[in-house]
Order: sequence, then structure tokens, then C-alpha cells
Amino acid sequence: MNLHEYQAKELFRRYGLPVPNGVVIHDKSEASNAIRELSGNRWIAKAQVHAGGRGKAGGVQLVDDADAATEFAASMLGKNLVTFQTDERGQPVRRILIEETSDIASELYLGAVVDRGSQRVTFMASTEGGVEIEKVAEETPEKIHRISVNPMLGVMPYQARKLAFALGLNPDQVKQFARLLTGLGRLFVDKDLSLVEVNPLVITGKGDLICLDGKINVDDNAVYRHPDIAELRDQSQEDERENRAKEWDLNYIALDGKIGCMVNGAGLAMATMDVITLHGGEPANFLDVGGGATKERVAEALKIILSDENVKGILVNIFGGIVRCDLIAEGIIAAVDEVGIKIPVVVRLEGNNAELGSRMLDESSLNLIAATDLNDAARRIIAEVEDK
Amino acid sequence: MSVLIDSNTKVICQGFTGKQGTFHCEQAIEYGTRMVGGVTPGKGGQEHLGLPVFNTVEDAVAQTGADASVVYVPAAFCKDSIVEAADAGVPLIVCITEGIPTLDMLQAKAYVDQTDSRLIGPNCPGIITPGQCKIGIMPGEIHQPGRVGVVSRSGTLTYEAVKQTSDRGFGQTTCIGIGGDPIPGTSFIDALELFQADPATEAIVMVGEIGGTAEEEAAEFISAHVSKPVVGYIAGVSAPPGKRMGHAGAIIAGGKGTAAEKYAALEKAGVHTVRSPADIGQGVADATGW
Repeated sequence: MNLHEYQAKELFRRYGLPVPNGVVIHDKSEASNAIRELSGNRWIAKAQVHAGGRGKAGGVQLVDDADAATEFAASMLGKNLVTFQTDERGQPVRRILIEETSDIASELYLGAVVDRGSQRVTFMASTEGGVEIEKVAEETPEKIHRISVNPMLGVMPYQARKLAFALGLNPDQVKQFARLLTGLGRLFVDKDLSLVEVNPLVITGKGDLICLDGKINVDDNAVYRHPDIAELRDQSQEDERENRAKEWDLNYIALDGKIGCMVNGAGLAMATMDVITLHGGEPANFLDVGGGATKERVAEALKIILSDENVKGILVNIFGGIVRCDLIAEGIIAAVDEVGIKIPVVVRLEGNNAELGSRMLDESSLNLIAATDLNDAARRIIAEVEDK
Repeated sequence: MSVLIDSNTKVICQGFTGKQGTFHCEQAIEYGTRMVGGVTPGKGGQEHLGLPVFNTVEDAVAQTGADASVVYVPAAFCKDSIVEAADAGVPLIVCITEGIPTLDMLQAKAYVDQTDSRLIGPNCPGIITPGQCKIGIMPGEIHQPGRVGVVSRSGTLTYEAVKQTSDRGFGQTTCIGIGGDPIPGTSFIDALELFQADPATEAIVMVGEIGGTAEEEAAEFISAHVSKPVVGYIAGVSAPPGKRMGHAGAIIAGGKGTAAEKYAALEKAGVHTVRSPADIGQGVADATGW
């Protein structure tokens, strides 16, 4: 689950990290009040969306007075912001963060992720702040310094100092950095984060550290134990069909192709997309119906697939391990009947009671095409879709 | 021969009297697995599926001499269950549960690594030595005793590999589902090492997927240490970057972890790769000359 910048900064504040003073507004009428609450004579207004690249896309602007802030809010709120990280429709802007500006002497990078290789939380810091860290990693990897955190101990102060010295900070900044990093380490563990980034972490003209931007991803598997974090979820930033699928315990991801897929198991669902691509087709989605596929869930899955108007055909690929193929067949027949599917559906059933399932599909009056293996299934559905 | 488990392996179940535990233990017993009991705190002294229930893993191990424990408890309690099994000295812990918080697994894995126990999973189908011992949720009937070792990050793709090697009469020595999570207890390298050392395993099928660099590390290991033919398939060639494809571990982050990189690494290591999971059986035939 992703958080907005203003939410990340609120968490930073709670863990003692220095962030600029700011006010979140939902309507342009709140802009002048926000400016009045803040000090200084220049402010920065930032559209809040779950995507990077906001600056280049016009979603971040310096404002000199209340009118300029109001004007920016009017131009952004209720609109969609398209950045290089969004799709062509962009992400809806429903909030704007207005902050006091900082006097920037230099920009650092600070981030943490769960590193699978070392099986540790790894913190990364670099003097190359304000740019994409992937680019730094590729071009000047020696400028990224890392520490690996023992899960039993958390961030040790010496590790924080080590990073600070590697960044060339002065003694006072080393203390500030150590406090900041240990706070971030506590936040990471307390709230079950999977990623946190402070980019840039700024050194001001006076030599103080301040977190100018904040990005947080929370481990979806752990949100259940953080009701305060669950409340921060902004469904407007998420795909509507993906959310509908989640309510039914279905794992759905929308893609751009014409062939809808319904598969049991995440690995097999990915493989099904691959085989469609391999044979020259384009998958319209990833969909894992999971192990406990019931008639109702199969029906719901088909409805979600069909709600994508690009879909011209459907490939159902089920390997019945514990789930019985005859039950799946029953679900498909009921769902196709209920939903009234007009487009071709190729079904491949394998495993537990597959023959019985296939026979049920054959004997139904519905237009279902049986396939023997995955290659065969992909070829058949591509042939059907390309005919149209 | 086989790896890790055989007909002598005595198995207990944590979360024994729950719905999942009950269903899959019934299936395991039917398959011939030597189930010797289970653990449900507060139900110690009762009997379930004709086997004794214990309050703690320690009691269960003391009374039954169990060699392995299969964990079906809900995700929120798995860290506790895994650590309990490790503390009780269970040599093999198989955790089937999916959806465990990653930071729980970081701790559980670090803890288990300090003991003599081995963890398989979580978020996996389990491990099976066909005809002898089934620990997990895989359909027993598609397996067949034989000569291929199978290791996979995905459940249903393991079944594809198993079905095809059974249909061609090759059969399997042992199949290990290492699971789809970012922090697996057992890695590809661990499994490859076991299969390389097992005289009955003549060929290895390895099914990977996008995300992380476990396949690349496995490729290096294969170059240096595996002399048996290896057939590899990687799921997720068509996956878009940044999206989590069902498995928590299956996400391409920052251009790393793509299927193309993994295929390249495997091919460089001399692995016989296939582009469709339907071709795994043929791949084994081609790689071995069977």
C-alpha cells in the first residue's frame, strides 16, 4: 500500500524527523488560509498523487502569495496529473500540500528497502540527492553507501554514524543524521514498511538537515495490524477493478491486451500471460482466482474481466490441485450463463477431476472451446480473437 | 533415494485441528505420510484424525519423535509457530501459509538460521517425495516416483512440471516448493545442492519467476557446482514493471529482476531453458536424451 507525501511526512514528524511546516488543502478556498498559517514569503505547492515525476509534470509550483496558491489549487484539484510514472489518464489530484520553502545548500538521498539478497532491511544513502536513485546506482554506484540492519537489533547508532561520515557530513550534522536514521529505522519496523525514501534530504544554508520529500510503501500483508495506517489508504489512487477484485479475494491486474485471463495460482497466471505473448497475442489482465475457487468467485472474476471493453476473448486455465475441476466447470457454466458472455472462451482444465470438468463443458450448450495444454489453449484463443 | 523426506519421516502439524490443517492432514494420511500428531494450544490430550493433539511443539516432539512439522496456522501467528518449532528442535519446518508480514519473516528466518532447523516456505505448496511422504497441499496423484528433482517458487507451475514429467514416465525424486515470498526459508541454491548430492536425482527442473535475484544466484551456483542437467522456466516475461503479480516476491523493481535477465543468467550457466511451461517435459527429454 502506498502513502501520499503528506502522510509520509506526518509519520516522519511523529518519529522525530525534521520536515518543513505545511498544510494540506482539499479545496482552492483553503489556499489563502494555509498561506497565512505558514511563515516566510514564498511557499511550495505540491499535488498529492501516488506517482513520481510530479515536478516535471507541472504538479509542483513555487507560489509568492495567496492568489498564486489559490490559482494553482484551482488548476490542479479535481484534475488528473499525468507523469512518466502514471498511465495516460493520470492520477486524480484531491489534495495539495502547501509548505514553507527551505534554503537548500545541498541535496542528499536516503532510502530503505527489504533486501531479499541479504534478507535484511538495507538503508542506502548518497550525496546524489534529488535525482532518481536507480540512475545513480547505474552510473555511479560508488556514490551509494549502504548499511544492513540486523532484524533482532534494529539500526545501531554506529551504523547511522558510519553512513553520515561516508556522506561527508560535519560533526553536528552527523548527530542530526544519526537521530534521523534511527528514527526512520524505528518507523520502518513499527509500521511494517516495505520501502521508505527521503529524496531529497536537504542540508539547508544554516547546515541543518530537513526531509523535503517523503515516499512510503507499507507491506500489504501487515496492514491488518496497523489500523492507523489502514485509514490512510486512498482508493482514488488505485485501479477500481483491482479493488473490486480484492473484495472477492481475487488478484487482478489490468493490462492493455485483448485476451482476458482467468487462472488459478499466481505463477501459472503469469505463465499464462507469457504463453499468450509467446504465441503472438496480448493478455488483457493478470488474474489469480486462488485455491478456493467457488462458483461465485469464478462468476465475479469473469465479470471483472468483461468490464474491460478491450477484451475480445477469454482464456481460462485451471490446474486443479486441491480445487476440483468439475466445480470450476460448474462455476464457468453458471457464470457464462449468468453474465451472458458473447465472446469466445477457451478453457483448459487439468488435474483433479479434469475429465469430468471437460465433459461438463462439452455437454453444456454454451460456446466454450476446450483445449488440451497451455500452448494449445493460447493458440486457440489467439485464433478466435484475431478472427474478429 | 530422495531429499529431506522419505517414508520414515515422522510429521506433526501445527494448526492441526483448524480447517486447513484438518483437510490437508487427512489427505496426507491417505497418501501414506507418516503423520504422528499435531499441535493446537489448549487442545492437548485430545485426539484428532486418530492422532494425539499436543499443547506445544516441544511436547509433540518429546512424545512422537517428529522429524518434520507442517505449519497451517494463520499468517498473523506464523512467526510464533516457526520459532516454536525451531526451539523444539524440529529438523524440518514446512510453512504453507501465505500472506505473512515480511518483517515477521525477516526475524523468523534470521532466528531459524541460528538453529539446526531448516525452513521451507512460507507461501508454498510444501514438499513431497512421491509414494513416500507428502507434506503440504499438492495433489498427490499427479506425482510418480522417479528421477527428476523439482524446485519451484510457484505452486501450480510445480504441478505443471510434475504432471509433464509423470506423463513421460520420468517421475520425480522429490519436489520442493520454496514459495513465492521475498524471504524464503529455503532457496534455489539450497535445493540444487540437495539434488546434486542425491544419487537418485538424475535431472533437475527449476521453475522461477520475476522479482529478486534468486535465479541469477542459482545460475552461478549451477555453473560452479551442479553437474546434472537442469531445465529452467521463468514466469513473468510479459509482466509490467512495478506491479506485484500475485506473489509478494514477484515484482520487477527498478528494472531489476526481469525474466529476460534471469533467462540470460540461466542460459550462460548451461541450463536448458524453455519459454512455455507446457514445454517443461519436452525440455527434460531434450536435456537428458531420455
